[in-house]
Amino acid sequence: MARYLFGRLVGVLVVFFIVSVVIFLLMHAIPGGPYNEDKVPLSAEAKANYMRKYGLDRPLVEQYLLYMGNALRGDFGVPFQSPTETVSGLIARTWPVSASIGGLALLVALPLGLLLGTLAAAHQNTWVDYLTSATATLGITVPNFVVAVWLVLLFAVQLKWLPTGGWGQWQHYVMPVAALALAPMALTARYTRTGILEVSRSDYVRTARAKGLSDRQIMVRHVLRNAMIPLLTILAPQIPNLITGTIFIESIFRVPGLGKFFVTSILARDYPMIMALMLLVAVVWSLVYLATDILYTVVDPRVRLEKSRI
Amino acid sequence: MSTSTLASVQSRRLQDLPKQRTLLGDAARRFVRNKLALCGLAMVSVLLLTAIFADFIAPYPYDAANPAKALQFPSREHWMGTDEVGRDVYSRIIYGTRISLTVGVGVMAMALLIGIPLGLLAGLAGGAVDYFIMRLVEVFTAIPALMLALLLLSVFGGGLFNVILALGVVAWLDACRLLRAQLLSLRERDFVLAARMLGATSTRIAVRHLLPNAVAPLIVAATIGIPTAIFAEAGLSFLGLGINDPIPSWGKMVGNALSYMRVYWHLGVFPTLAIAITMLGFTFFGDGLRDAFDASMNR
Repeated sequence: MARYLFGRLVGVLVVFFIVSVVIFLLMHAIPGGPYNEDKVPLSAEAKANYMRKYGLDRPLVEQYLLYMGNALRGDFGVPFQSPTETVSGLIARTWPVSASIGGLALLVALPLGLLLGTLAAAHQNTWVDYLTSATATLGITVPNFVVAVWLVLLFAVQLKWLPTGGWGQWQHYVMPVAALALAPMALTARYTRTGILEVSRSDYVRTARAKGLSDRQIMVRHVLRNAMIPLLTILAPQIPNLITGTIFIESIFRVPGLGKFFVTSILARDYPMIMALMLLVAVVWSLVYLATDILYTVVDPRVRLEKSRI
Repeated sequence: MSTSTLASVQSRRLQDLPKQRTLLGDAARRFVRNKLALCGLAMVSVLLLTAIFADFIAPYPYDAANPAKALQFPSREHWMGTDEVGRDVYSRIIYGTRISLTVGVGVMAMALLIGIPLGLLAGLAGGAVDYFIMRLVEVFTAIPALMLALLLLSVFGGGLFNVILALGVVAWLDACRLLRAQLLSLRERDFVLAARMLGATSTRIAVRHLLPNAVAPLIVAATIGIPTAIFAEAGLSFLGLGINDPIPSWGKMVGNALSYMRVYWHLGVFPTLAIAITMLGFTFFGDGLRDAFDASMNR
């Protein structure tokens, strides 16, 4: 296990290094800089001062080494769009907002999806099943910003039950969480249903029934546990997306999260912020993938990590 | 026994035999039996026809602004109302079909164009080449696709062609991975051994024996990638970094609608419906193709 983890970590670090170089080169290839006349009216002298202060007048290689050196020591620089704080401070302020609606969405989506999927499987080929499957298909295919617009039109404009957007009260959580939760809920429901139906036909469930276990025991101990395995693969890629904030949902509901900075930092040529966001996403992705691979061994003892190398 | 009777006996035997079943025939039969797949096919056909004949269907040009008639609710003249500069929403949605489908098909073509050669190389050459290509795939997976597309569009500017390029740069990953996996399993099969024993060269085995067997799953994967690309374009244009005005993109229409939607509901409803219907149509179609080609589904 330790050897496997070490190998994985080295691999992750190599990927990080390449990603950071690619992003660094790409963002510097964008025409215009953070202190161009079209963004901030500055005298040539003031502009030169800023460029010198942030090291923007040096060669790219030097800038990259300087940035990475500071980043390794935990200093991610100052966001050009908001020079009064640090990049770490800005992320510490906005990320919890994004993570809270993303996390809540997962907390809502998982149990609801499991429940719906189990119901659909238990009542296979009845109206319960068809209704669940139809909802699942809609939830998986229809983009979340489309769902968000429909929610606003229905609950805020037409029925006036909820505010159209904003932040601070519990009402502001309802629609963003619902819009974010629909897709993972639908995925969970769909894979729980197929998983349960597949596992129910297996020999070990027949054995469990033959030795006189109750339906409930069979469901919890044998069926659900095994049906969860494919679910892990499907849900893992959803988690980083939810937790790092979604640009669309946050802009529609005016949530002050991390999401909007993915766009604004590119528009403002805010180099330190772009790098920090990219690395943040890369770290969250790698951690989630590593965690799922380890979880597999917990849920499914047949999986052994060391031998999974291809 | 004369040769003519022998021939007639043989021809009768051939007629008595059940018709030879091909992979494509089986797939077509399964596809037609699937109601949802047929529904998807019908939706995709309607969308294709709309895109091709947009000039004849749309009652107004997509860029005909008329400030005097801005922000009108749906009426007999303007079935879906007008937008903030007085353009007919219905006409813009009709023309928007072109943009969405062009992006969907263009990105799919790019995915196959990059994914097939790289997947072939990785799956057949193996060794260092395979290692290098798979690490490349890994790097592209670690960069969030949307942000990479945003960066590329900022470097090269927006517009239809650049949107397709920016999305195609990451769209090939699935095709490459899939083809490699297919080849790795196919090249261990007996028919490859048989071909090799008959003296076929490696190139011939790759082109005549391996590739045709991997084509069906590739086409399916590419079709399933179409709605993803359409969604991504809508997202980029929604953020204002994709298709430029006055070219109508559904995503851009939704993005613009946000500030007017609280009163002028029609600006939000119709473009989102267009996106949803297109996504559903292509997904039904793609899922239907997958089930049709997947022999294990044949119950």
